[in-house]
Amino acid sequence: MDFTLSKEHEMARKLFRDFAQNEVKPLAQEVDETEVFPRETVEKMQKLGFLGIPVPKQYGGQGCDPLTYVMCVEELSKVCGTTGVIVSAHTSLCVDPILTYGTEEQKQKYLPDLAGGKKLGAFGLTEPGAGTDAQGQQTKAVLDGDEWVLNGSKCFITNGKEADVYIVIAVTGIVEKRGRKMKEISAFIVEKGTPGFTFGTKEKKMGIRGSSTYELIFTDCRIPKENLLGPKGKGFNIAMHTLDGGRIGIAAQALGLAEGALERTIDYVKERKQFGRSIAQFQNTQFQLADMATKVEAAKMLVYKAAMAKATQKVYSVEAAMAKLYAAEVAMEVTTKAVQLHGGYGYIREYDVERMMRDAKITEIYEGTSEVQRMVISGNILK
Amino acid sequence: MKIVVCIKQVPDTKGGVKFNPDGTLDRGAMLAIMNPDDKAGLEAALRLKDQYGAEVTVVTMGLPKAEEVLREALAMGADKGILVTDRVLGGADTWATSTTIAGAIRNLEYDLIITGRQAIDGDTAQVGPQISEHLNIPVISYAQDIKIDGDSVIVQRQYEDRYHVVKAKMPCLITALSELNEPRYMTPGGIFDAYAAEITTWGRADLKDVDDSNLGLKGSPTQIAKASDKVRKGAGEKVTLDPEESVAYIMGKLTEKHII
Repeated sequence: MDFTLSKEHEMARKLFRDFAQNEVKPLAQEVDETEVFPRETVEKMQKLGFLGIPVPKQYGGQGCDPLTYVMCVEELSKVCGTTGVIVSAHTSLCVDPILTYGTEEQKQKYLPDLAGGKKLGAFGLTEPGAGTDAQGQQTKAVLDGDEWVLNGSKCFITNGKEADVYIVIAVTGIVEKRGRKMKEISAFIVEKGTPGFTFGTKEKKMGIRGSSTYELIFTDCRIPKENLLGPKGKGFNIAMHTLDGGRIGIAAQALGLAEGALERTIDYVKERKQFGRSIAQFQNTQFQLADMATKVEAAKMLVYKAAMAKATQKVYSVEAAMAKLYAAEVAMEVTTKAVQLHGGYGYIREYDVERMMRDAKITEIYEGTSEVQRMVISGNILK
Repeated sequence: MKIVVCIKQVPDTKGGVKFNPDGTLDRGAMLAIMNPDDKAGLEAALRLKDQYGAEVTVVTMGLPKAEEVLREALAMGADKGILVTDRVLGGADTWATSTTIAGAIRNLEYDLIITGRQAIDGDTAQVGPQISEHLNIPVISYAQDIKIDGDSVIVQRQYEDRYHVVKAKMPCLITALSELNEPRYMTPGGIFDAYAAEITTWGRADLKDVDDSNLGLKGSPTQIAKASDKVRKGAGEKVTLDPEESVAYIMGKLTEKHII
């Protein structure tokens, strides 16, 4: 076992950190305040290959490992949670399932643009009645000649409206399993601009406010037969496996938020004076920081371990669930303490920590709530 | 076209500075970056490569650790990296450094050599012009814009209050200003390729037409006698005078301290 990062990873981190400091940080407050999707930043990241980090070079990607990708999301999220999740949703939830389940034709058609920087991706699974209970899908896909006809809607879709390519999960029939009638669920690739595919409400969120979260609506939306992703009826497995990877991305976002809030707080307590000395000289401050730093380090180990598991193991559900569960809860706790240590100023929007606290909360909810992660973990322990 | 870019690994001056007992910098103990002017020079070379097609070779002299800046240059888009490293080359002043680098460059084909204006550690701005003297080629320093015109370069050479447009036939040497451009970022894949790439390492034996008496600490005409931390400014001084006297007093103080 070796906890030292390779020189390649160290240099990649330097790249992501420089980019985050120079290009992302100056816009973070404005993006939050105005709720405007940071299109220019996304274009810069596309140019530099940040949106195809774990994709093989033959498909226009950077050919790096999952850990490099995770470090990118982490470093971006240290300064802007919005930018972190844009990269994560695109890479883990759209590019990864095409790479994992796509036919060679589908990979050739979609990956070079998605990984190489022309197109953005999104993932549509959640419905108003199907959140944690993802089996409760209502959106239907019916084969009509050479086309699938989609009807239904999806909600809370990250990168919605901004993305060009969507992975959409829908019911394709009813099957009998052990005498019980079950929905047969399949996955599809749907492109923006397809007639019958429109966008509904834009959600007004507490945090990650620059990330565009939209409702997707399908009304007799016809897509080619060959846009079925993976085998018919395997949509639920595809979605679950995709989320395992996505959870590592969200864990990295949560880790970045916690690290960013901790960094800000360390700077602040050294400068801020009360009772004639810096507040860093009070033992309460010191102990709070020690706890925060220790938890951040523990979260980091879980997140990096999950990224390594994705690189080397076929199944990494538990590693991903533990990393996401712990990193998200650490993010929430650390950002809350960061606001407290900033005192009244921490509650003011000019200081970054209150934004980080708002951003942190979603990491306990999306891509599987903390409760879902506990279900995955305990299910594995008790099996 | 073949371009050689000379780059230097320097301490990140944001990270604090440490000295050896002999007064030279303790490079091993400090956070290190690619010297900013050199990075601009590399970017200029890469833009010439994008525009006209060129093979860009980066050369650095330093400790084995200096290989890092060569990898960084490769990850930005340079084609080849050469590390000149040897114990006998340590402690060099600008004369010994330029002798060494010229000795290394004599092994290479080049149309253009680009260096930074100056390194943020030594701050001398002497190595670039000295290399051109050793190689007997023209030098245009303080370049803020570079264009290629057939077998010549046309360069805007910056002055305090203006610039000159200078044309020189290649091969020639240009020293670049960090104001010249905004260096590109590396790409993630480029970093991994850079670490997979071969870096050429040259020692004393690989330097061409160079005399031992001109190398390293022994071959340096200048020696650092003493290095010390900056003397801290004392406490501020508060004066109560009427406005005109105050102005005269302040101007007097600034002149006395050679600030104006």
